[in-house]
Amino acid sequence: MNRWVASVAASVVTLSLIAPAQILADESERDDRLFQQLGGLGGIDLIVEELLVEISRDLRIVEQFAETNVERFRRLLVEQICDISGGPCEYSGDSMELVHGGMEITEAEFNALVENLITAMDTARVPLAAQNRLLRKLAEMRSDIIHQ
Amino acid sequence: MATGGGTQIEGAAGGGVVPWAVIAGYGAEDEFGADATVSYATTRDLDLSVLALSVGFDNRFELSFGHQRLDVGPLDTQVRQNVFGAKMRLAGDLIYTDMPQISLGVQHKRQQDFVIPSALGARSSSGTDVYLSASKLFLAGPGGRSLLLNGTVRATNANETGLLGFGGAENDSHRLVGEASAALFLSRNTAVGIEYRQKRANLSGVDEDDWWDVFIGYFPNKNFSVIGAFVDLGSVAGLERQSGAYLSLQASF
Ligand code: HEM
Repeated sequence: MNRWVASVAASVVTLSLIAPAQILADESERDDRLFQQLGGLGGIDLIVEELLVEISRDLRIVEQFAETNVERFRRLLVEQICDISGGPCEYSGDSMELVHGGMEITEAEFNALVENLITAMDTARVPLAAQNRLLRKLAEMRSDIIHQ
Repeated sequence: MATGGGTQIEGAAGGGVVPWAVIAGYGAEDEFGADATVSYATTRDLDLSVLALSVGFDNRFELSFGHQRLDVGPLDTQVRQNVFGAKMRLAGDLIYTDMPQISLGVQHKRQQDFVIPSALGARSSSGTDVYLSASKLFLAGPGGRSLLLNGTVRATNANETGLLGFGGAENDSHRLVGEASAALFLSRNTAVGIEYRQKRANLSGVDEDDWWDVFIGYFPNKNFSVIGAFVDLGSVAGLERQSGAYLSLQASF
């Protein structure tokens, strides 16, 4: 092996060792940094507003929301995002399993909603790192939402 | 998110030279996806062209076909190979489970121009690789950027992926090689990464080196992606220091 190869191999190994450690460090965040990066309550309001616009135009999933009380959905989603991002809110809605029970949400529908959320966050000018941190927290809920 | 990945030189969903555990296309369960890819690598003495087609079903099964042509300048000749691939996701999910996504794959290879490989001492013009890949995407990795890590273990007796046939005087049976890659997403549609692929020599007197590359991938939308790389193939068929440029264009449906 020449020197180049050895150093690239070494960087692969190092990267794979360092990365999970950093991710673990990230996981233990118990502050409101993410809430601030999302732009506080005003920012989250804007994200959810844009998300509703995206959903209303998305033929893949809009049907699922045909009978939804939009005001309640908006209020609870803002509350939930505020809560999980470390902001001064406590989610008061029902559990994800209960809410999405009977909807039989598919993986593709879940992906569609994530795409809409990304578009909404882009429109709201949320920085990439904050987008990814929020997406990671929402990703943890996926198994309670799909196939219920 | 570019979770369909690119297409590696043997036709499987992956990076440039290393397969990943992802299934071709952007499909979820119950969905169908397909990719068509052209790739080209050029070094001092070699030009490798690849045409690959792959389909993914249900985010679980992948079937692929790759046609490779290696033009060897100094020998004024070319060797071609067809690769028939299949991959199945066994466990995990690239993004949504703590466990990485794990897939088992096979690549059945049929070398089409056996005169040169046989002159170099290759035993067979066809062979089958079996590999196990594990891939994981950390959505918010270092600095909040998404990081994809991948490791592959392959059992093979191919010479230069099979372009120079299979087996030789030094070794004829399948042996294990390791492959790894990492990609960091600088934005939603741009990633940079590195790949490493271990290779072992079977032919006596003909060196075979590990391959590595550094790449940049651009995924402007779900239907198109482009990957450019600097690739180092080391010594191939007795031709030393083969490094150069790699470009891959992919259309997805
Ligand atoms: C990360 C993903 C998701 C999160 C965090 C989420 C969160 C929520 C929240 C907080 C509510 C209000 C709860 C309540 O009323 O008590 C809700 C309701 C709802 N969600 Fe989701 N949801 C997600 C994914 C989805 C997907 C993929 C769909 C369908 C495509 C969906 C369809 C609905 C519908 C239709 C309601 C209204 C239920 C009703 O009218 O009673 N959700 N969701």
